[in-house]
This record gives sequence, structure tokens and C-alpha cells, in this order.
Amino acid sequence: MSFGPHLFLALLEGTVTAFVLALIALGLSLVFGVMRIVNIAHGEFFMLGAVLAWSCSMLVGGGAFMGFAVALVVGPLIVGAMAVAADGLILRRINYQPESTIVATIGLLYIIQQLVLTLFGADARPVVPPIYFRVAFPWFGYSGYKLIVAGVSGLLLLGTWLAMSKTKLGLYMRATQQDQEMAQAFGVPVRRVYAKAFALGAMLAAVAGVLVVPIQQAHYLMGLDPLLLSFIVVIIGGLGSLKGTMVAAFVVGISDGVVSVFFSPTLAKIVATLLVAAVLVLRPGGLFGEEGS
Amino acid sequence: MSGRLTGKVLALHLGILGLLFIAQFVLPAYHHTNVARIMVLATYAVGYNILLGYTGLMSLGHAMFFAAGMYGAGLPIYYLQFGAIQAFCLGVLLSLVLATLFGLIALRTSGVSFLIVTMMFAQACYLALLYFNKITLGDQGFILSKSLESVSLGSFEFAFSDPAVKYNIALLLFAGSFLLSALLVGSPTGRVLIAVRENEERTGLLGYNTYKYKLLSLVISGGISGVAGAAYALLFSYVGASFASILYSIYPILWTLLGGTGTTTGPMIGTGIMFYLVDIASGLTSSYLFVVGAVLVMLILWFPQGIMGAIRTRWLPWLP
Repeated sequence: MSFGPHLFLALLEGTVTAFVLALIALGLSLVFGVMRIVNIAHGEFFMLGAVLAWSCSMLVGGGAFMGFAVALVVGPLIVGAMAVAADGLILRRINYQPESTIVATIGLLYIIQQLVLTLFGADARPVVPPIYFRVAFPWFGYSGYKLIVAGVSGLLLLGTWLAMSKTKLGLYMRATQQDQEMAQAFGVPVRRVYAKAFALGAMLAAVAGVLVVPIQQAHYLMGLDPLLLSFIVVIIGGLGSLKGTMVAAFVVGISDGVVSVFFSPTLAKIVATLLVAAVLVLRPGGLFGEEGS
Repeated sequence: MSGRLTGKVLALHLGILGLLFIAQFVLPAYHHTNVARIMVLATYAVGYNILLGYTGLMSLGHAMFFAAGMYGAGLPIYYLQFGAIQAFCLGVLLSLVLATLFGLIALRTSGVSFLIVTMMFAQACYLALLYFNKITLGDQGFILSKSLESVSLGSFEFAFSDPAVKYNIALLLFAGSFLLSALLVGSPTGRVLIAVRENEERTGLLGYNTYKYKLLSLVISGGISGVAGAAYALLFSYVGASFASILYSIYPILWTLLGGTGTTTGPMIGTGIMFYLVDIASGLTSSYLFVVGAVLVMLILWFPQGIMGAIRTRWLPWLP
């Protein structure tokens, strides 16, 4: 393949990565914005989504599409319920103190990961794509399912944005993000908003996991890479800035795709981290962050 | 508290070291090796505690300093047949350089951003070890025993394969870092570090350059972690990328928290308990890291002071 089509393929791969990454990083960024906490177990929610999608494909009859459709609904709901439980049982009790929360979510990371290892085993589990077709470009054929993943992710991003800007819950979340005490004084049920924000963040990661499973097999250690990439995204974009998260997700996702196709996925992650170093030297608060945050 | 090691404190520290020295004549072979390992890992925890416990900076990426020490010592032995002492110094030097460079960049952030950045860079170092697998042999790891010759000092010859040599070198390094941390904490510099932990803004307003103090703390902490990493490579003659993985950044947090952050004696106790807990759990199930997660959550929920922290609050307020 000559350079032009090769680059086109790389950009295509990068765009798909970028959409999925945007979804995961948005969850992380949302949780940080509203609750001022970093969830280290965020990648595990993504992994849970993927593993649940595999379980659904095994348990639900009626072909690959039915299993997938059920997973798309049930996966995020189960993960969301787990997030609410984690919020009530752990995070609320330590009063969302930033460093304690980080340690607690590290603990949660290992608890979830090792439980999945016990229940599902250490093998990578493939899932058949619900829809299979190839898009024939003049130079190569491309998996149609990957384009659908990008499309669905795009719709979900749009949906989240609409929910944040048009619904009452979105209003509550933005109010809590701006000034938690003032929001409370105006009757916003801050505790409940926290639980919902934490669940919503986890569900975004879980949906991404369900979507990705037919491309990438389900495995109990798959949560670490998206966690690292999401961190890179939120630091470049500026912690707590949803706009920054979106912009950075596309910069990081597309460059990750390009470097992955031309060189190697491992090198892509190293390059992205160096990119972060450069951003930190020039703008410590990230591209769209509050300065010095 | 006075600026120097007072009688009681000095007696406690020397007492612990004395007990560890005597233990080697009593312990059965299996536990003998374990305690040697625990002392090297406790050195790592002591280094970590300087940053977390006494400067208030939590790092999620100390494995990169541990691994820098390990690879800085291991690779020259493997490829260039370096002697143990030169290799050890190189390992420590590498971790110091890495800690300085990293600190210059990462300390531009604060709060949770600092945490994320530490984790990110450590993961990048881990991935780099895997990516340059041809040189680092990170994937499979490598064994040093063939290329490592014994060290002779005067008329004595030390072979690293001798358990007694392992034990006493580990004890010596642990004692060094343990006493250094106790001295540092009591010194004027240590007082400033604690002031940074308690209230960075106020410390800055008092005229201290908090950035420089934080960098100093990070470099000392990273350097001691490097000492532990280099010692681990020499004494247990295995070098592998798994020691740079996120788990080895989490372990020192766990050890320090369990033993008590901001206590000089806590890291050793936490390391010892967790080492045996993980050892027992790994005999029972392949999902033994569940213990790590469960202990972390339980500590944060019900026992945030850790063992020595609780003892200090209840009974011994003079503990450093």
C-alpha cells in the first residue's frame, strides 16, 4: 500500500479510537468536574462493560445482534448500579477527600479486576460483531462495524451534551460543579447528584466497553490502557473542562491511531505521554483548564 | 520535639535494627530469605514515605524510580560485566537523574494533577521497557547470577548467593535509609517538608521556596527507591519489567498506609505484614491481588492512620 492510502487507513483507525476514547474520558472528566475526585477504577468500569457484553452474547439467544442489544442496555445498568453502591458504601463515608478517594478507587480497581479474574477466568473472550459488513474503499476494505462504533459513540456524546445542557439533572450537575455549597443552599440535592454523576461516568465507560468488545476481546486486564489514555486526555485538555476533554480526546485518539498503524501501539502511548510533558511545561493547567489547577 | 534524634527515638530505631540483626540467627531458611526481601522492599517504602508521609505528596508512579535503580544496575552487569558496586552506584545515579528530571516537569502541577501525572509517566516508563524489549529484555526479564561476580573487600569475599550476605546487605541498606529518614525528619529541612505537608501556602508565605523543597523531597525519595531497586536486582538476581508496572507503584502506598504514613517505623511494619498476607493469599488463589484492593479500601474506611499512627495517637506521642 502506498503512503496516501496508508495514512488514510491510519486516520480512519485514529478517528474510531478518538470517538471511543472521548466517551471514556468524558466519564472521567464529568466525575472530576462534579465531584472533584479522580476515579482510578474508571478503566475497570470499561472492562466490566466488555465482560458483561461477552456474558450477554453467551447467555442471550437469538443471534449476535440480540445479545449485543441486550448488553448495550443491561451492561451499563449493572455497572451504574455498582457505581452507586461504591459511592454510597465507600466514597461518601470518606467525604470525597481527594487523596483518600484515589486510594479507595485503587482498592476498587483491584477488587473489581480480581473478582472478574475469579469469575470469568484469565482468557481473552472474543465476541462476534452484531452487524458485519465491509466498506470497500478503492485501496482496502474496512470493517463497517468500526464505523458504526464511531457513529454510536458520536450520538452518545451528543446525548450527554444535551443531557448536561437541557435537563434538570444536567443543570444540577453544572451548578454543583461551579459551587457546591451554593448549589446546596439553593436546594440542589448534592449527595444524590454525586451518586448520579458517578454512575453516569461509570456508565459512559461501560457503554464504550460494550461497543469495543467485538473489535477488541474482553479480558480482565483491558482496563488499564483506556485509563492511561483518558488520563492523558484530561491532563492535556485541562482537568474538569468537558470542552478540553473533547478536543484532547480527538488530538490524542487520532495521533494514537496514526502512530499505532505506522509504528506500534506501545510507542503511541509513550509518544502521547511525552506530549503531556510538553503541554505541562507550556501550560501547567492544561489547554482549557483553570490556570495552575 | 528537638531537632536531633533524642534518646528514646534513637533507642527505638537501634532496637528495631538490633532485633532484625539477631533475627537472622533464629529464623528458618524460608523466612530468612523472606525477611531479607522485606527489608529491601521496606527500604523502598521508607523512600516512598519521605514524599507521602513527610511532604504530603502522593505519587502513583514510584515504580519508575525502583525500576530505574534495578535496570541501571542490572543492564551494565548483564551486558558489560560491571562489578556489583559500580553497577549499584549507576542504578542509584539513574534513579536520581530520573527523579530530578521528572520532578522538574511534574511539580509544575499540584493536587490531583500531580497524582495523575506520576501514574502516567510511570506507565510510559513501563511501556518503554517493553517496547525496547531487545535491549531491556523487559518482557521475560533476565537473571544476573551468571554474570555477577562476588565482591571482595580486603581479605573478605562476599558471594551474593550466600543467604547470610544477602540478609546483611539488605539489613545494612535498610538501616541506612531508616536512620537517614529519621534524621531527615528531625532536621530543619525535614521540618520545612512537614510544614509543606501541613500548609504549603503558608510555608511559601514564610519565605520558603516550596517548589525546591518538594523537588528535594522527590529526589531523596526517588533515590532511596532506586537504592532498593538496585539492591533487589543484585541480591535476588532477577530484573524484569513487572517491577515497573503499576502494581509496584501501588505497593509502597499500601505498605506505608498500613504501617502509618508519616511515621519512620511504619513502612517496615506495613511491608512485613503485607508481604506475608500477599504470600499466603497467592498460595490460596490466583486472584490474590484481591487482598491488595480489600486492604486498601478497609484502611481508608476504618484505619486511615495505620498501625504506628494509631499507636502514636493512643500511647506514644513521641514517635517520629
